[in-house]
Amino acid sequence: MSQIIKLATPLTEEAVSLLKSGDQVSISGVLYTARDAAHKRLVDLLDQGKPLPFDISGAVIYYVGPSPAKPGRVVGSAGPTTSYRMDAYSELLMEVGMKGMIGKGKRAPDVVDAMVKHKAVYFAAIGGAAALIARSIKSVEIVAYEDLGPEAVRRMVVEDFQAVVINDVHGADLYQMGQEKYRIA
Amino acid sequence: MREIDVAEITEAVRQMSQTANFDLGKDVIRAFEWGLETEESATGKAIFKALIENAMIARDEKVPMCQDTGFSVVFVDMGQDVHLVGGSLEAAINEGVRRGYEEGFLRKSICDPFTRANTKDNTPAVVITQIVDGDRVKLIMAPKGGGSENMARVTMLTPSGGKKAVMDFIVQRCQEAGSNPCPPVIVGAAVGGTPEKAAILAKRALLRQIGSQNPDPELAEMEAELMTRINNLGMGPQGLGGRNYALAVHLDKHPCHIATLPLAVQICCHASRHKETIL
Ligand code: SF4
Repeated sequence: MSQIIKLATPLTEEAVSLLKSGDQVSISGVLYTARDAAHKRLVDLLDQGKPLPFDISGAVIYYVGPSPAKPGRVVGSAGPTTSYRMDAYSELLMEVGMKGMIGKGKRAPDVVDAMVKHKAVYFAAIGGAAALIARSIKSVEIVAYEDLGPEAVRRMVVEDFQAVVINDVHGADLYQMGQEKYRIA
Repeated sequence: MREIDVAEITEAVRQMSQTANFDLGKDVIRAFEWGLETEESATGKAIFKALIENAMIARDEKVPMCQDTGFSVVFVDMGQDVHLVGGSLEAAINEGVRRGYEEGFLRKSICDPFTRANTKDNTPAVVITQIVDGDRVKLIMAPKGGGSENMARVTMLTPSGGKKAVMDFIVQRCQEAGSNPCPPVIVGAAVGGTPEKAAILAKRALLRQIGSQNPDPELAEMEAELMTRINNLGMGPQGLGGRNYALAVHLDKHPCHIATLPLAVQICCHASRHKETIL
């Protein structure tokens, strides 16, 4: 496997532009969590011209709804959720500065185009490897929408969070590339 | 008539809500090991390793293997010589889910379909009851995650399409599902019956032990062919490319109406959770 690229958040346009589909990355810094219900509220705020509850510039949003933390732990299990449910909202967040998204599964073509336009990338973490992924999460605090329970927006500090670049700023798609390589007609 | 107190059912469901989420079946872990050995893609191999490690962490630390601890689907095979006492069956099952999910620090993922307001205790469970011979009650708790559940389909094929139409639909369903249901997956499909019958049989087919032989030779042959066709698509673990997208294909069939050919396809992610208790 190729070498692992270390990334620190917030992501700069320069760092994002160097990434290629298929790159293995290890992310340290802050991730903000949001699933569909939170995305809807964030986009509603933007529509009303109101500020978001966290700094979106260079931000990486992780699509996750963790399980509750056991006593003495910072988080429960915390693997990615399926990303297409966020497709309708992603371009608007890229417009205001979001640089990275972490989830699992294919994105819609217009989201891939928006990543090229706004210079943002989409990473996948291993869906379902949630107990393992939780080990890279060092602290968690709720920043908004506590009423949404597992879907609240959380600020997560992570260290060496493992992911792979699916869509880069050039419009490449690892799902397509990877599958073509192993397809037997 | 044998009497069983529903409190026993609550207790069994409470325990299984947790053990199902913490302790992945040995057949699934063996399938990961097989996947690791036979996978051609380096990324795919790394994924199988991570899944084995993840399952070990979950088991040893008693934490859920996946944050989506699922919809509590409970199969109840009720012996017809059993008389339940002490309350109602569904309420007893829901109480078991409520306790199990709270005590086990499991995520509550059930909500109103329109307002999306969470019920906050993972109830109600989906209870699938069948009356069988005997004086025992078999309970199977099968928590099912939303990501793979969204990939399920029920279709009414044209009878003239036959086996080919059935197999093509299943392969195409997997192709469209791609990386969404967290591959490697188990594919369960049932042909025949009515649409709702097929959906239940397909769900139940997911519970068959991985690596077990289908007793119907015709279905066994179809399973082998489907496995090859699905894995030849090259989607691999997590859909990132590789040899092993499906760990197993399990088929079932049921007689259908002369005018119909129902087919249900259910996909289960690698977090293939189910535990069984016989009372
Ligand atoms: S599909 Fe399965 S493994 Fe993937 S997130 Fe959902 S429950 Fe977890």
